[in-house]
Amino acid sequence: MMSSIFDHTLASAREALRSRKISAVELVDAHIDAIERLDGGLNSFITRTPEQARLAAKEADALLAKGEGGSLCGLPIGIKDLFATEGVRTTAASKILGNFVPPYESTVTANLKREGAISLGKLNLDEFAMGSTNLTSAFGGVENPWKLRDSDAKLVPGGSSGGSAAAVAAGLVLGATGTDTGGSIRQPAAFCGITGIKPTYGRCSRFGTIAFASSLDQAGPMARTLQDCAILLESMAGFDPKDSTSVNRPVPHYEAALGRGVKGLKVGIPKEYRIDGLPAEIEAIWQQGINWLKEAGAEVVDISLPHTKYGLPAYYIAALAEASSNLARYDGVRFGERVSGASLDALYEATRAAGFGDEVKRRILLGTYVLSSGYYDAYYLRAQKVRTLLQRDFLKAYETVDVILAPTAPSGAFAWDEKPTDPVQVYLNDVFTVPASMAGVPALSVPAGLDGRGVPLGLQLIGRFFDEETLLAAGSVLERAASFTHRPTIHAGVSA
Amino acid sequence: MSAYRITGETGEWEVIVGLEVHAQIVSQSKLFSGASAEYGGEPNTHVSLVDAGFPGMLPVLNRECVAQAVRTGLGLRAQINLFSRFDRKNYFYADLPTGYQISQFEHPIVGKGTVEIELSDGEIRHIGVTRMHMEQDAGKSIHDQDPTRSFIDLNRAGVALMEIVSEPDIRSPEEAGAYLRKLRQILRYLGTCDGNMEEGSMRADVNVSVRREGEEGYRTRCEIKNVNSVRFVMQAIEVEAQRQVDIWESGGEIDQETRLFDHVKSETRSLRTKEDAHDYRYFPEPDLLPLVIEQSWVDELKAALPELPEDKRARLEKEYGVSRYESGVLTAEQSVADFYETVARGADARLATNWILGDFFAALNRTGRSIEDSPVSAEALRELLSLISDSTINGKIAKEVFEDMVETGEKPSVIVDRKGLRQVTDTGAIEAAISDILAANADKVEEYRSGKDKLFGFFVGQTMKAMKGKANPAMVNELLKKLLAS
Repeated sequence: MMSSIFDHTLASAREALRSRKISAVELVDAHIDAIERLDGGLNSFITRTPEQARLAAKEADALLAKGEGGSLCGLPIGIKDLFATEGVRTTAASKILGNFVPPYESTVTANLKREGAISLGKLNLDEFAMGSTNLTSAFGGVENPWKLRDSDAKLVPGGSSGGSAAAVAAGLVLGATGTDTGGSIRQPAAFCGITGIKPTYGRCSRFGTIAFASSLDQAGPMARTLQDCAILLESMAGFDPKDSTSVNRPVPHYEAALGRGVKGLKVGIPKEYRIDGLPAEIEAIWQQGINWLKEAGAEVVDISLPHTKYGLPAYYIAALAEASSNLARYDGVRFGERVSGASLDALYEATRAAGFGDEVKRRILLGTYVLSSGYYDAYYLRAQKVRTLLQRDFLKAYETVDVILAPTAPSGAFAWDEKPTDPVQVYLNDVFTVPASMAGVPALSVPAGLDGRGVPLGLQLIGRFFDEETLLAAGSVLERAASFTHRPTIHAGVSA
Repeated sequence: MSAYRITGETGEWEVIVGLEVHAQIVSQSKLFSGASAEYGGEPNTHVSLVDAGFPGMLPVLNRECVAQAVRTGLGLRAQINLFSRFDRKNYFYADLPTGYQISQFEHPIVGKGTVEIELSDGEIRHIGVTRMHMEQDAGKSIHDQDPTRSFIDLNRAGVALMEIVSEPDIRSPEEAGAYLRKLRQILRYLGTCDGNMEEGSMRADVNVSVRREGEEGYRTRCEIKNVNSVRFVMQAIEVEAQRQVDIWESGGEIDQETRLFDHVKSETRSLRTKEDAHDYRYFPEPDLLPLVIEQSWVDELKAALPELPEDKRARLEKEYGVSRYESGVLTAEQSVADFYETVARGADARLATNWILGDFFAALNRTGRSIEDSPVSAEALRELLSLISDSTINGKIAKEVFEDMVETGEKPSVIVDRKGLRQVTDTGAIEAAISDILAANADKVEEYRSGKDKLFGFFVGQTMKAMKGKANPAMVNELLKKLLAS
């Protein structure tokens, strides 16, 4: 088979650019062309920025020709539309920000651009990152480029970073930014057969990223390989004086950790993750992961994370409480969409009724409720206590193990019309991803295989605070062992 | 003093007052953003994206504001909490950009303290401070510029405030006034708040309840919001307490509610009842880490604190021998005390006190100037006093020179030279003048010598007049006595 430009990973494209085997213009044009061909259906982009990208590509080629340019010089990526981008519409997939063009740039995207990455546009997501299906976007749902073996039904890409996952999987971009509040990077990465990292809380600045739940939101990379994720994360991460919760410690050379191996590493298998009704296929892939790590020389240990079962309910209380407050600023007064009213209250009501979708409204109501006088202690305060206990679970586990292995999601991707009508059923998608979010520890998802219906399944690794490197080392072993080379039905390099 | 009581139909009532004072922190920039915290400015010119609550913007705590809060806590002799935390107070309003105010609810930076107040009869009382926390101000809604629209000015949004909450220890309008003035004085001394109530940099929420004389416990209170002068606070307490007494006595109940004071009608009006009260849904601000400060930093700030009013007062009394009343006047403002000390240090302290409390204050009043832009500098006044002390001029001439200084701003020595006011201490010249006067008034000399002592004053007056007031009074006395006796 003739090699196509779409066979490149971010890392190999970086080499090809530096050795001038390809030009940035060529690379960017090919991807813009792929977006034009495929994204009408996938709907992974909310806003495309081909003109800016072509200009940037020319500049990148000029730098590369001189042997200059940052670590991501000339590489086309996509930006989840939750990151503010100066002069480029930033919507959070909500009508209320439908025409919002920020005069400022988020720190994470500024870091990527500083290294020369070229954005092809803003990627679709669940409205305000609230969802696990990417069907709550005001700009329409995203289609997963994967298909079931025996059906042409549209599948969900997972969420909330569904646009990022779909675009990366379909080869429309070499990598993308995501954000993860309770699994929003890991679950769509698993659903779309790609790799994603949720770094330690505080590793990447939140400045300029539209907030869902401030104490949980964390930006991270999504790409087709762990090496690509490592390259992106190294640029995205770092202390930012504009975010008081970002952490001031040096950013390691993540790529260097990939080859460390797992010899002597202790891997914990949390028994509480063997939940009732866990599909046999998930169980099997998990066991497969255990075997791969063992074969590579890791020691596998059964561990207990006793408060796991309280993670999901506590998460939905803590996250929605913060969300209800974070979204109060969308009131039609200073920016965004406004629907006029006869009084200030009428303006608020009309603006927010028209501007927010159902899931966002549901979450604002729930969040408001759990903070209300008389309910605060029973809900919010208890959720905070659970959070402390979850964190303690992990700290205790890390006294004996170096990393924890678990499934990423309780299922593979499902069809748009298979989405449960009960919102709580949808929330269950996050059951394996939420505990790490609540504890603030880093986690990643790598594709491990296909399920019986022909869609990818992911494995999750959860690490120590700020020990993304061990995660990358162990993840890399899984990645090599799985040698996941399957491609989705819809792919830039296939349908051309 | 006799306790403040409201006499109702059925007996005597005591008034219980607690004050929540909002004081704007003196700082260059706002509590959580780099925008200017300066008062005034064209609307919406001191606003950053953080202040306007744009998506993805995050607060970053201003270290200087924390230092100011700690200084204030130290000035209130209060406990400084090394651990404190910010919370969100959620409510919707057009001039509250994020839909929440960042405040400190559960863990304020300053704990219990006290403010010593002095009442008009000299009685000293201690008013407890429950706590003090930092919070951000909201913007300003302007409703009177357009018939259908309101305008929003966010210049004030995000400016740092301190909320100082008193215990319900205040028992009369006078005490409330004394407490506010004292608080204002302390904050101004510390330089942590300019205390300017007209510009809104200090305002008070007043909690008022009443109870029968001798009754234990408290009855339901009402909160009067946002009163912006000491006088209005005192008036509001008076009318609100009377309103409550009237209701209790007519068999009614007081509802816990928020009220507004209308100083034109001199009444309070209901703003919202308990049922309409906001549910602020406080929770810890997730965008900020808990605020942890070091004791060593607090100690540093403490060591660098300026002298506080009470200490300064005691020192002035001791060092300069001023009375309790005088020390009160001289320390009311730090600038006055500084002025006083510049004049009195190394001069005749009594003379300095008398001049400043007398002619100098009178001149300020007359010219409508403040001590900061006084027409006569402390150095110039000190020079004037030294001219008196070293007998260059006498007291009477000094007053004339002083008026000239107020008028022209010239140095006293320049005026004395220009006008030729230097005191005559030449014995010969004075003797010559006296001889002329005695010769011209031989009859009066006779009368004096036959025992009419009172005429001595007449001779003094005539001599001074002849010398155009410039003769040294002591020498005139001495020489007159000698010549009249001869």
